[in-house]
Amino acid sequence: MVDLGPHAAFIWSAYAAVALVLAVLIAWVIADGRRQRALLERLDAEGVRRSGGEAAS
Amino acid sequence: MYSLANPQRFMNLSGRALPWLAVAAAGVIAVGLYMAFASPPDFRQGETVRIMYIHVPSAWLAMMGYMLIAISALGVLIWRHPLADVAAKAAAPIGAAFTFLALLTGSLWGKPMWGTYWQWDARLTSMLVLLFLYFGLMALRGAIDDASRASRVTAILALAGAVNIPIIKFSVDWWETLHQPASVFRVDGPTIHPDLLWPLGVMAVGFTLLFFTLHLAAMRNEILRRKVIGLQLRRVDRAAAAVAM
Repeated sequence: MVDLGPHAAFIWSAYAAVALVLAVLIAWVIADGRRQRALLERLDAEGVRRSGGEAAS
Repeated sequence: MYSLANPQRFMNLSGRALPWLAVAAAGVIAVGLYMAFASPPDFRQGETVRIMYIHVPSAWLAMMGYMLIAISALGVLIWRHPLADVAAKAAAPIGAAFTFLALLTGSLWGKPMWGTYWQWDARLTSMLVLLFLYFGLMALRGAIDDASRASRVTAILALAGAVNIPIIKFSVDWWETLHQPASVFRVDGPTIHPDLLWPLGVMAVGFTLLFFTLHLAAMRNEILRRKVIGLQLRRVDRAAAAVAM
């Protein structure tokens, strides 16, 4: 473990906060993408297509 | 460049670029983290200077994200390009997250260095205004049902709010602030020792790569969302036509 002196708690808290917020952001973007693709697949399975006849996905 | 602005072509190209961008972001951030903890402490700020390696890139990206939205807003209002609105909408939550991180890490750095978590000085307050601008853009878009109108109205707010960016940048020069003046982007060159500047530069590149990875992915999600909404409306039209027959 790196010795960060008397202010170690502030340093580790800052890094932990960045890791947590970025992890939530990444997870949200991935989950949103999966949700949209699942909706498109469902619409495609229902036979809903664009006016040109192209499949939903 | 113009062909890239075609949504389908954008989906094809971004789909190929995204994995490489994600790997590059992870790799550069990993190297940056190693350098951040291997670098020497600052002679005045001691070990707390390590917070700089995450605080400063977060603050830069908070401002860059807003500039990206403001430029996209011009694309919406002048060229009325649908991808410009997609880019603006996708950047807002990412920019807000980096602004929040800049404020939070700055606060955690401020307590041991300044003796306080928060001070209503020009730099900190203008960054808080930036966070509220991001929230305002997201709330305004969400409050308007008509997507085309929401796009134009949020673009106008984004452009009006862009005046805050030079205020943030020059706040430390224009007013007396607790926050230190610029020490990297200066006319006479950086005033930070290379031992600290290099880890900061690597972390800034890593965070920027992460920002664009997330932004590209969020843009792709937004394009898919609009496709889903279009198809759902088509399904409703089809059902209505079947009932009418």
